[in-house]
Amino acid sequence: MSYKFGLYILKRFGMAFLTIFIVIFMTFFIMHAIPASPFSSEKARTDATIAALEAKYGFDKPLPVQFVNYLRGVFVFDFGLSTAWVGYTVFDLIKGGLSYSMRIGFSAAFIAIVFGVLLGALAAINRDRWVDKIIQLITTALVSLPSFVVATLFLLIFGLWLRWLPTISTNPGGLVMPVAALALYPMAYITRLERSSMLDVLGQDFIRTAHAKGLSKFKVLFKHALKCAVSPVITYAGPMMAYILTGSMVVENIFSVPGLGRLFVNSMLRTDYMMIMGVTIFLTLMIVVMNFLSDVLYKIMDPRIDLE
Amino acid sequence: MSDKVSALNSLISLQIKPGDFLPATEAEKKQQVVMRDSISFMRDALKRLSRNKLAMVCLCVILVIMLIAFVVPYFYPYTYQQQDVVSAYTRPFQYSAKEQTRIANGEKVFPHIMGTDALGRDYAIRVIYGTRISLLAGIVSAVIVIIIGIIYGSVSGYLGGKVDLIMMRVVDIIYSLPDVLIVILLSVAIQDMIRSSTNELIQRLGAGMVSIFIVFGLLYWVSMARQVRGQILSLKEQEYALASRAIGTSAARIIRTHMIPNCVSIIIIIAALQIPSAIFTESFLSFLGLGVSIPMPSLGSLASEARTGLQSYPYLLLFPAISIFSIVLSFNLLGNGLRDAFDPKLRS
Repeated sequence: MSYKFGLYILKRFGMAFLTIFIVIFMTFFIMHAIPASPFSSEKARTDATIAALEAKYGFDKPLPVQFVNYLRGVFVFDFGLSTAWVGYTVFDLIKGGLSYSMRIGFSAAFIAIVFGVLLGALAAINRDRWVDKIIQLITTALVSLPSFVVATLFLLIFGLWLRWLPTISTNPGGLVMPVAALALYPMAYITRLERSSMLDVLGQDFIRTAHAKGLSKFKVLFKHALKCAVSPVITYAGPMMAYILTGSMVVENIFSVPGLGRLFVNSMLRTDYMMIMGVTIFLTLMIVVMNFLSDVLYKIMDPRIDLE
Repeated sequence: MSDKVSALNSLISLQIKPGDFLPATEAEKKQQVVMRDSISFMRDALKRLSRNKLAMVCLCVILVIMLIAFVVPYFYPYTYQQQDVVSAYTRPFQYSAKEQTRIANGEKVFPHIMGTDALGRDYAIRVIYGTRISLLAGIVSAVIVIIIGIIYGSVSGYLGGKVDLIMMRVVDIIYSLPDVLIVILLSVAIQDMIRSSTNELIQRLGAGMVSIFIVFGLLYWVSMARQVRGQILSLKEQEYALASRAIGTSAARIIRTHMIPNCVSIIIIIAALQIPSAIFTESFLSFLGLGVSIPMPSLGSLASEARTGLQSYPYLLLFPAISIFSIVLSFNLLGNGLRDAFDPKLRS
């Protein structure tokens, strides 16, 4: 499009790049500030063994050299070798967990957006009537429940008491509960966002014009109002990604999904610093990319927004 | 007819007839007096808040929970780490076999209001301590955010120009960092460093809490700083700020006495909404095992421990869940009420 738009994209891209670099930098130096070597906590080893291991993982070089090497690796998704899962590279393990996490994460995001937008619009159309009140009551309650409470309650109610759904994710239908547990909070958030944005749009002149020229109520609401009211939801895409990624650490643990979140928690428990660094950087990458896309998309959807 | 003409003439010529002017009667004078006392912004807002029934109920709930969390442990007969494995998994208000014999011997045994956990620890006191940790995380984070956010934001906004540009770029970058990931990373790192620390308070709170506070100090103040800066940018152009500058008031004093009191609504709103998010982060980390160190309980770690034996002892999950839900819900609703009271323009 315009020159200004190009400049905006360039600026946002630079910002995203800087963010990723800072996270890599922070991750690397925080992890290397830890006094303990990843090999010292395990069974008794001779100094020679530890030295050999450190040489294998490149830990014997000076820190700046290690950082440059690590940085060079990150660009081609080479996060080094895992120290807890011997024989695997960090990227192999990430790739293994990613397919599960993606399936859960994207289903949760999809459900959150679809139901959130619909419920929000429904609440706005029925402003101050009982439908609106009930929707507001439920969403207020849902944004006050942490993901681990929702997930464990689901496990208890639907898995153990009612026995409607399997408690282990690998059984058929096993992904229903993790997806639902992840989707509830963003859904409630989007509902509130969509409600206030829809109320805003419904009060504008072009909606009155659309009514006045005799369009059906359905067409006015769904073709004109909803289209405009949906754009603030796009700005929530980045934070939602962050929520789903961190929420999946809890949810995957509770429902034993072998995904990225559980991998991350396990690598923390096993103090596998290479894994912790790798997964942190990978997750940051996903969040930053999502933030970037949602900002650009928001701009395309609603060109009235001032680019500054 | 001539009457009308003369009236018209006097209107056109603007001749003033002294006979039209009479001294005001006492009743008329009274009417001119401003009836309402002048009300300060703070009192006006608090009045508006007190009319919001929902927010007031939430405020009461928060005060009651705080009272319980900070007072009850001092005279409660059990402590959070007192184990009695024989009495493990006692249901609420029931007594274990050992306690029943003690009662039979004529001893008085304080009932376990919420039962006991897998190690026979009284669950009510553990939930109370967990609530205390949550409240502590929320309040400390709000204080940190208020202090750093106000200082940073007011300096950036008041100085303006290049300083402002650079300071705001820093804020932009911090804003885009994934905060929960950084908290996790720091608490993993700090956990290792703190193990060797001899400071008793740090040991009791655990690496997670300390790193949460550090991260709040590093990351969470940015939205506060942004809002305060925006406010001050417009406030410093006001005439009273100019007048103050003209009589030679120092910048620090202008910020303190003129700028910050005018930002108070935004400060209160953001601080109130900061508390539930801090409580979420703390409980999330504790659930993952990165929060408070054992045996200190947190609502997150209690919920995590409750997963073993969930089917048989669901009350171990329900009590901390209810506690965290009521705290966060109350703070959320109170925050909404404060927003409506202090910034009526923002009312949704």
